[in-house]
Amino acid sequence: MSPSTDSHPTVADPTADWAGVQLHVVTGKGGTGKSTVAAALALALASSGRTVLLCEVEGRQGIARMFDVDPLPYAETKIARGLADDRGHAGSVYALHIDAESALLEYLAMYYRLGRAGKTLDKFGVTEFATTIAPGVRDVLLTGKVFEAVERNSRNKGAMTYDAVVLDAPPTGRIAQFLNVNGELAGLAKVGPIRSQADRVMTLFRSPRTAIHLVTLLEEMPVQETVDGIAELRSIDLPVGAVITNLVRPHELDEEALAAAAERGLDAEDLAADLDRAGLEATDTLVSALLDQAADHATRVELENRQREVVAEAGVPTYTLPQLPGGVDLGGLYELAATLKEQGLGR
Amino acid sequence: MSRTRVGPLTGTPGSQAPALDIDAMIDDRSVGIVVCCGSGGVGKTTTSAALALRAAERGRKVVVLTIDPARRLAQAMGIEKLDNVPRPVPDIDGTGSLDAMMLDMKRTFDEVVTSQATPEKAEQILSNPFYQALSSSFAGTQEYMAMEKLGQIHRQAQKDGSYDLIVVDTPPSRSALDFLDAPERLSSFLDGRFIRILLAPAKGPARLMTAGFGLVTAAMTKILGTQVLKDMQIFVAAFDTLFGGFRARAEKTYALLQADGTAFLVIAAPEEDALREAAYFVERLSEDEMPLAGLVINRATLASDHQISADEAAAAAARLERGARESTEGTAEQSDRTVGLLRLYARRLRLVEREGRLRERFSAAHPQVPTAVVPALPTDVHDLKGLRLIGDLLADRA
Repeated sequence: MSPSTDSHPTVADPTADWAGVQLHVVTGKGGTGKSTVAAALALALASSGRTVLLCEVEGRQGIARMFDVDPLPYAETKIARGLADDRGHAGSVYALHIDAESALLEYLAMYYRLGRAGKTLDKFGVTEFATTIAPGVRDVLLTGKVFEAVERNSRNKGAMTYDAVVLDAPPTGRIAQFLNVNGELAGLAKVGPIRSQADRVMTLFRSPRTAIHLVTLLEEMPVQETVDGIAELRSIDLPVGAVITNLVRPHELDEEALAAAAERGLDAEDLAADLDRAGLEATDTLVSALLDQAADHATRVELENRQREVVAEAGVPTYTLPQLPGGVDLGGLYELAATLKEQGLGR
Repeated sequence: MSRTRVGPLTGTPGSQAPALDIDAMIDDRSVGIVVCCGSGGVGKTTTSAALALRAAERGRKVVVLTIDPARRLAQAMGIEKLDNVPRPVPDIDGTGSLDAMMLDMKRTFDEVVTSQATPEKAEQILSNPFYQALSSSFAGTQEYMAMEKLGQIHRQAQKDGSYDLIVVDTPPSRSALDFLDAPERLSSFLDGRFIRILLAPAKGPARLMTAGFGLVTAAMTKILGTQVLKDMQIFVAAFDTLFGGFRARAEKTYALLQADGTAFLVIAAPEEDALREAAYFVERLSEDEMPLAGLVINRATLASDHQISADEAAAAAARLERGARESTEGTAEQSDRTVGLLRLYARRLRLVEREGRLRERFSAAHPQVPTAVVPALPTDVHDLKGLRLIGDLLADRA
């Protein structure tokens, strides 16, 4: 399928609920919680008997920590039951920690039957060169493995096939470069096996079967980076999926109260009377601490609202996840998964 | 914005971390390089800029090398667009000066090539498709070039005295200290056998041919195809004479980083992931015998000296809500507000407690690391005033 020609040729259709998407790429600026969102999305997708693979490529073993399991090997490992649907029917989440070196050796064995040569390459420093020294090659290997997991073919005998693959991808600042590395490669290799492999990977990444989701916070820099990231992805024809606004704090004051708080116009005496009724000693320090905090909160809410508008202008479906007060544990992941599903992502 | 003095900056009682004295560090004339490292999204670039500004306004001649600054930060320093050339930041108070620049990896790479190779060779390299991809679009190049640029600025500063302090922001690497590994990696490549394979055809007779050698060449031809392999070999052959220089300079920069004139700051946010990365940095720096000056924890939630606990505030909110439901006095709207305020207060205190615990855990494992805690500001930095405020907070002088 070729991209259509309207102004946002690569936006996936939100009404389709991502049903045709097999590869969900989750990116976000550092500190926005992209790994948490990727994990929650995998749980949400693994419903009604569906099987989902969650991949990480940054060598952090973040999945193992989030799901409280042993560090993951280079092998697809079942780590959790998915989120149950209305009839209590769940699916499975498998996880894969992709490291470049294993991916290279596997690739050589799978495509070239280079068992022995693989070891020799290692001895000659080729493996080290390819996986750590040579810029770019790492990303080729990592994206290549993700491609293989999505497009399972007969070479990988007996391997699981998945209804969806979720990739916890590099951060927004690097995502276009990371996903487009095969495009660059295709530019270098005019013909040959590398070229056709690179073309196949880019065909998948550019197709409607892929959706690239960007995680952000309602703060200026992450939002700016998200908007820039969307533009960059579009400029190289990579399909932007959704924006997920993460760690959103509930608003505890109505608009009128916020407006008053912003101008420090909340009534101290009323507040003191309330505190009194609530059984607290309404000292001056407590009252002024609450009023200071109200003003800060109003400033923040105003900033968040502005940022929400900026996100909306990007013309991409948007989802929202709350900040969980105690941080995210396994239970919290399911909670976030349910929230995503309710909003239509992962249905 | 005026606000009441916040509580103890180094956190809850029991936290053992000694305070990091930022002013003592930047006033120390023997410190010529400050490197800010940390995971992405912790405010590393902003901290670098604020620190550089503070040092400049305390009389030093500073240049700040940023890697990928937000446009807004450049504008905050009064520079429309940062590039590979240091630009003076206007309106610096005092006798010092501040220049700011951004690493442009392609231009830095190009400059190295043109300055080190003969014109014909430089031309050959610059037009090689491999070089073009390598210098502009591949991950990993940034680390090599950050080292290269730092070395360049330092050599220049030594020569003409243009700067007495270089503040460096580090690339948001996949693995935290990739840029420190750059010289090591270059060396292992140059001393390895692989390069000989790549250079073999250019270097004439196949005297190095062994069984393994042939196997590797065959495998590479099979995977890459003859054309790619050939392009690659042409590139490596053309670049051969430059590699050594790269390595020598990278090693010099590495030694410079280890020397006493350098101070490393690890930047983090009070979150589990960021502090875990920070712990990794601290350990890695000490393994490499790099001089660690301390830890900066940005975006901390701090509370006013409070008299009620989070639980008390939450309980009071619940009582008030119940009371409002049952009452007919018509005070419901007002008490809604108070309920909201108490909830906000409770949530904030819980966050303060949580962050305090995380910091305590970090300092329990790394008790020797001096720490500065910078409170979260309600808005982003938009101008020099904002950067100054961050500097004040860093130095605990707000």
